[in-house]
Parts: sequence; structure tokens; C-alpha cells
Amino acid sequence: MNPAIELGRDLQLARPELLLAAYALIGAVLGAWFKDRIFGALSTLGVVAILGAGLLAVVWNPGAEQSIFQGAMVIDGVGAFAKVLIALAAAATLALGADHFTTTKEQRFEFPVLVALATLGMFVMVSAQDLICLYVGVELQSLAAYVLAAWRRDDARSSEAGLKYFVLSAISSGLLLFGSSFVYGFTGSIRFDSIAAAVGEGAGGIGLIFGLVLMLCALGFKMSAAPFHMWTPDVYEGAPTPITAFFAAAPKVAAIALMARLLYEPFAGMTPQWQQVVAALAAISMVWGSIAALVQTNLKRLMAYSSIGNMGFALMGLSAGTEQGPSSALIYLALYLPTTIGMFALILAMRRDGQPVETVADLAGLAQKRPWMAALFTMLLFSVAGIPPFAGFMGKLAVFTATIDGGLYWLAIVGGMAAVLAAAYYLRLIASIWFSAPVGQLQSPSGTIMVTALASAALSFPVLVLLLGALQSAAENAVRMSF
Amino acid sequence: MSELVAGWPILSIVTFLPAAGALLILLARVSARGDNVGYDNGVKLLTLLITIATFVASLFAFAAFDPSNPDYQLQENIPWAFGASYAMGVDTLAMSLVMLTTFLTPICILASWVIEKQVSSYMVLFLILETLMIGVFCAQDIILFYVFFEGGLIPMFILIGVWGGERRVYAAFKFFLYTLLGSLLMLVAIIFMIATAGTSNIPALTEYAQTTGFEQNVQIWLWLAFFASFAVKMPMWPVHTWLPDAHVEAPTAASVVLAAILLKMGGYGFLRFSLPMFPDASHFFTPFVFALSVVAIVWASLVAFRQLDMKKLIAYSSVAHMGFVTMGIFAGNEQGIQGAIFQMLSHGIISGALFLCVGVVYDRMHTREIAFYGGLVNRMPVYAAVFMLFTMGNVGLPGTSGFPGEILTMVGAFQVNAWIAAGAALGVIFSAAYALTLYRKVAFGTIENPKLGKMADLDAREWVQFIPLIIATLIMGLAPTYVLDFTQNSALTIMNQFAGAAP
Repeated sequence: MNPAIELGRDLQLARPELLLAAYALIGAVLGAWFKDRIFGALSTLGVVAILGAGLLAVVWNPGAEQSIFQGAMVIDGVGAFAKVLIALAAAATLALGADHFTTTKEQRFEFPVLVALATLGMFVMVSAQDLICLYVGVELQSLAAYVLAAWRRDDARSSEAGLKYFVLSAISSGLLLFGSSFVYGFTGSIRFDSIAAAVGEGAGGIGLIFGLVLMLCALGFKMSAAPFHMWTPDVYEGAPTPITAFFAAAPKVAAIALMARLLYEPFAGMTPQWQQVVAALAAISMVWGSIAALVQTNLKRLMAYSSIGNMGFALMGLSAGTEQGPSSALIYLALYLPTTIGMFALILAMRRDGQPVETVADLAGLAQKRPWMAALFTMLLFSVAGIPPFAGFMGKLAVFTATIDGGLYWLAIVGGMAAVLAAAYYLRLIASIWFSAPVGQLQSPSGTIMVTALASAALSFPVLVLLLGALQSAAENAVRMSF
Repeated sequence: MSELVAGWPILSIVTFLPAAGALLILLARVSARGDNVGYDNGVKLLTLLITIATFVASLFAFAAFDPSNPDYQLQENIPWAFGASYAMGVDTLAMSLVMLTTFLTPICILASWVIEKQVSSYMVLFLILETLMIGVFCAQDIILFYVFFEGGLIPMFILIGVWGGERRVYAAFKFFLYTLLGSLLMLVAIIFMIATAGTSNIPALTEYAQTTGFEQNVQIWLWLAFFASFAVKMPMWPVHTWLPDAHVEAPTAASVVLAAILLKMGGYGFLRFSLPMFPDASHFFTPFVFALSVVAIVWASLVAFRQLDMKKLIAYSSVAHMGFVTMGIFAGNEQGIQGAIFQMLSHGIISGALFLCVGVVYDRMHTREIAFYGGLVNRMPVYAAVFMLFTMGNVGLPGTSGFPGEILTMVGAFQVNAWIAAGAALGVIFSAAYALTLYRKVAFGTIENPKLGKMADLDAREWVQFIPLIIATLIMGLAPTYVLDFTQNSALTIMNQFAGAAP
């Protein structure tokens, strides 16, 4: 094909990424010119651009796998599925953040631009079809995230969070590159299809396994799976809450989708080898996320451990090694996102005398003071604890089914035990909301926060529960089309 | 009457009517700034009407139901996800438990009239709880069953924790985590069964288990996983320890629901899943269950004798009575299973009534300590008579509903193992000892405690809540055949499914 025509076609298929890049670049220039005056407009535009990118990813989906940019990226079902989730999560957290920073008078125009850049990085991650593109996507997302973590430059905790995140994440990026070089060295290619062919012919041996494990460790770090989770509680606590919400939602989807692609495309032939590693990551994350959360008093630290545990469950689905594996992990994430965003919205709503409060004890007596907030919070907590009939349970059902079908019975039982432990600390929050005497009146939450929380709760029950069949077939079709 | 509901999803209506009512109360709460007595009374009245409407709806379902037909009836089926579907349907066993639930809930709402704090939340939770309880018995899909079964923990947790007694938070946590641990093991087993049999429909799973059958060693593990959940729910010795705590701390109406209906889910689970789906494993574990049952009957009766708290005493007596149920179920013959079903229904009414009796004096004096009371017959003759009737029912006096269940389960067990029946008979004697002692200490004698001097006898509301229970106890006691004929089909089906695999 004529290279120009091919480029034109590729650019058309890469519309979502181009839209995000255009928004980020134009937004940066406009911001440099108009300064922070245009924070509100730029944020609104950012929400529209991100949602638009998500929409483009589905609307102009070619319906069959299409490789673009000479095999660097691929447009397919899993990519589209993940991009929709990422766009929804990023847009919701951007809207929450814009609302929050307007309240706290920290309207700096870089915020929407950086969120858009991180989102672009995630879009590239989930579409990556070779090792270079994979690395570029991960780094684009991470670099934007470091800056976001250190958003409050003059606040020691926020700066510490940013620095800690940067240093530790740089090490994992190093691991990723190191692992990639092993993979390249032992298979002779950076392209996923060539790697898959080489793996199929039995190339590599111990060196390839070494490279794969290093890459998995690095990705485990990025998605905060235990034992690579050390940065998570500190960063979650130190970063401003809307930014924590952003970290807890969209990047998780990107990391899981990328890992699914890596495991089920180039390394599909090495399932027995990576299965042990992923199952171990899953088991440790589920158990440690639950145990460590039991003693937390700060809500954001608790949410950090909660996200570690939840990544464990998603990884458990992924470890199945069957076609159900990646689809169950995608379903899990689709059901996890509204819950976690809703909870962060409610944490953002917790302000007393203009100051944010964020310990479990501050929730005391919410049921008497603000029954609606309490009802929504309770629903979301039961959902994330995996108690039926809420969406969180359906997600657990999906990953448990995949795990048992994949024959990993021990992992399913470990998961069941971890879910009981996890329920114990979510119940602590519910007990604080309902059973304790009120400690003081919280400010009434803003409209954006209540709409987000209400929408999240409605998605948790009953919307996504009723639409679960549709969600399931969407995820399964995406996986069938892609891998 | 059955033509009236032909073509209607009557089971869904019965199940979700309370939830719809809960939604109504929630919406009313948004538009009104309530929290005054008048508004709260309106909410209570509305809730009562909703639960009565649910009872009426269940009567329609009952009328449309044909007890001579051994199949599942009034079926509904809407496909959902993961191969599961929204499938509803009842056989005579499930139908009788649904009727028990809808019958008792209005009485519980009457007993909740004394609630003063956060009334709207309380009523909303109670209605949601009713939906979930009915759903457990109507669900014909094992995933749907699990959703209802497990979902019931949520309203119960909050009901105990907010409106309960002094150690309510501890009791609520213990109740929730204990039951959740058992249930999650069952979930893993359920998913395994679906993966093996390729269906989540309960009749289809039973069919698979009866024809192809799960492998014997697999059955053992599956049985244990289900046992973990149902034994906790039942509760069987030695995993019963959550029950006394939960009962003592729960508000009266929640205690009634807990004893009368939630405990029945364990027995229902054994009859619906363990016996028909894992018959070989059930045979294998029969001696184990017998041993636990007899220990529960004797030991719980002895412990009950030593209790100082009225509710705790009744809670331990529940553990003993549930021992009869498990004994009857695993006897596996017609008398045993029929007796177990009868005992479940009868215990639902009698233990519920006993908790209401405790509630009556607790509402007046705010203590459940047995030693505090004494000589109540002097001030409250009607109450003493009502309490007497239900105490006798608890003892198993012929003529009350307590008798047929106990005698049938013992007859059933005797055919399998005479020693087990003998041990259980010992429990009957002990139960007379603790129940009559309780009654003597509370009702008889002279009033020693000056605080009791002003106690008033039953008021109109309490009359209304006891009358249906008295009638039910006497009818079931004097004419047990009405119930036994009704449940016979299910009992025989389950017996044959269990006996099919006899060693």
C-alpha cells in the first residue's frame, strides 16, 4: 500500500489518541497565554475531550482487529473496551477535581492538561502492539502522574508523595526496560505477533521467562499489586484527594488491560509459566490488601489498601489462562470503577468548617446527620465488599467463575477468605456511619459530588446488575475479537 | 381465586412488593422533613399496610398453587448473565416457608411500634429484609438464591447495630462475619457445580446430580462447603455462638425474624441442596450430623437452663430445637423429613412468639434479666396466659404445634439409630426443665420487685400481634395434618432423591 494512504488510514483509526493529544497541546498553549483564568473552561473542555475520545473509540471501531503505525499499535475490542472505561473514569475524576480545586481556590490550568496527557498515555498502553509502544504509553502516563501527585508544591506531604512515586516508579520503569530487552534478545523481535510466533516455536527458555517475570513485576508496580505496592498508601494519602481518585480509577484499567494483552497475545504460549506468577501476585495482593487495611484509620490510606486488594481480584481473574480470564478481569474493573469513584466523591464531600476531614472516625453518625450521603456510602461500601446484590459481588462472581473454570481452586479459596477479611474493614466504615454517635455536622456537599455519588451508586445497584448480561457479552466479544 | 393471578408473575410480586414499599418510604422521606411523631407513625402504618398487602398477595399465590403437584410451580424465568437467570418457582416446602415469612412480618412491624429513633430507616431496612427472605425461598436459580441468601445480611447487620442493645456493634460484626465466611465457601462450591453441570438452574442441577451425579470425593468437598454455610445459619453446635449474641442484642422484631425465618434458611438449604444434590456425601456424613444434632439438643438445653437473660435462654432453646430439625432431615425417611419441615414452621411461630413475649416486658421495664421479674401473673394475667401457651409449645406439649415436629423427627431418627432418638428424648426432658423454670421465675410467685407494681397488661396492639400466633399454634398442634398433607409432596421427593443413593 502507498505509505501516504496507509498513514492517512492509521491516523483516522487513531482519532481518540489524536483528539486527546490535540486537546493537551492546545490546552497547554491557551493556559500559558490566559493563565489560570481559564481553569473552569479548560476543565469543562477536558471532560468533553476525554469523553469524546472514549466515544470515538467505540463509534469508529472497525469491528475487526486492525494494526496501525506499522504494527506499533492495534485497534481492537479489548482496546476499545478499556478505552471507554478509562475515558469514563478519567472524565468523572476530572470533573470532581475541577469542582474541588474551585472550592479550594487552587485553579491551576495544568490540571486538566495533565489529566488528558495521562489519559493519552493510558490509551497508548492499552493499544500497544510492540514493546517500544508499550513503554512509551506507560511512561507518558507515569510522568503526568508524578506531576499530579506533587500538585501542592508547597505542601510537604504532596511533594513527598510525588517524589516517592517518581523514584520508585523510575525503578520499575527500569525493570520494564530490562525485561523488555531480555524478551527482545531471546525472541529477536519487539513486535507482539513475532514474539508470539517465536514463543510458539519454543524460543527463549529461561532467559525469556526471566524477561517476562521482570516485565510482570514492573506492571505489578504500576497497578499497585502486592508485593510491589509500597508506594501506594503514601502517595494516596499525600496527593490531593481528587488526584488520588484519578490514580485509583483509570490507570488500574490501563494496567490490567495492558497486562491482559501481554499475557494473552505474545506470551499466550507460555501460560503455565506466567500463571504461577500472576496467581501469586493475585493471592498476595488480596490477602495483604485486606489484612493491612484492617488497622488503617485514614480513609485515603484505607482506599489505597482497598485498591491493592481489588487489583488482586482482577489479577485472579486474569490468572485463569482461559478465554474467560481477561474478560472476567475487564468485567471486574467495569464494576469496580463506579464504586471507587463514588467513594472518592463522598470522601471529597467530607468537609467541616472548610477543612477536609479524612479519618474513619469523622464518618461517625453520618446516618443521622446526612442520611442520603450515608445511604449512598453504605451502598458503595457493600458493593466494594462484594456483598450481593450489588455490582461488586457480580464482579467477584465473574473472577471466581473464571478462576474455578481455569482449575485454580486454591486461589479461589484464598480469594474467598480474603473477601471475608476485606468485608471486616468495610464493615468498620459502615459501623462508623450507622452505629456511632455524630461528632459534628459535615458541610453539605456540592452538586457535582452528589450527582457523581448518586450516579455511581445507581450504577452499582441496580443499573449494572440488570445490564450485566450485556456487559458480559461486550467483554467476551472484545476478548474473542482481540486475542 | 387461582384464575385471578393466571399469567401474573405472582412470586415476583410477593417478593418485590416490600422492596417497592421501601422505595416509596424513601421517596416520601426526600420530600418531607419528618422526624416528628406524627410522620413516624404514618411511616409505621404505611409499612404495616405494605406487609399486610404482601401477605394478601402471598395468599393469592397460595391459592394458585396446587399442593398435589410435586413439581415446581408458578415459575418465572428471565435470562441474565453468566448463564444464570432470574428464575422463580416454589414447591410445597418453599411455599410453606414463604407463607410463614409473609405471615410473621406484619406481626414484626406491629412489634416495632415502640421504635423511636430513625423510624424511616428502620422500616425501609425491614421491608428490604422481607424481600430478601421471600426471595431465598422462591429462587430457582442457585446464583439468585445466593444473592438473596447473602443479601439478607445487609439489613440485618444494620438493624442489629443501630437499634440493638448495649453490645450491639460486637453482635452485629460477629453475626455478619461468621455467616459470610461460611457463605463464601459455599459460593466457591456453587461456581464449581455450575462449571461441572453446565447449569445454574436448581431443578436442572438436581436432575444432573440424580442422573449423572457428582463424583463421590467431589461430593464430599461440595457437601462440606455447603455445610459450612448452612450449619452456621442453622445454627448447629459448635458454630452457633453468634446466635445468642445476635439475639440478645437485636431489637425485638429483628430477633423474631432471626429466629423464625433466617434460621430456617439453613434447614431449607439442607433439604434443597445437600440431600438431593450430594446424596452419597449426605449418607456418608449422616452419623456426623446426628452426633452434632444430639450434642446440640442436650448441650444447648443444659446451657439454656443456666441463663440469666430471657432472650439468651430462648436463643439457646432455638439451638436445641434446630438440633431436632437437622436430626430429622438426615434421618432421611418420611417421618424425619416431614417432622423437620413441621418443626421449622412450628419453631418459627413459637420462638417468634416467645421473643415477642420477652419484648412485651422489655418495652415496659427495659431489662431482660430473669431475676428482675417474678409474680407477673398478679399484674398481667392475660400476658401470663399467653406466655404459658407458648412456653408449653416450646416444651412440645401435645396440642401445641411444638409436639408433632419433635415426635416425628424422633420417630424418624429411631428407625435409623435408636440411640440418637434416645439422646434427643433426653433433650425434650431438659427443655421442659428450662422452659418451665423460666416461666415459674417470671410469672409465678408474689411480686418482690417494687418496680413491677405498675406493669400494665397487654394493650390492644399486643393483643393483635399475639392472636394470629395463638391461632396458628393451636391449629398446627391440634390438626397437624393440614400442614403435613401440604408438605408431603416435597418431603417424599426429597426422600426419594436422598434414598436413591442409599449405600
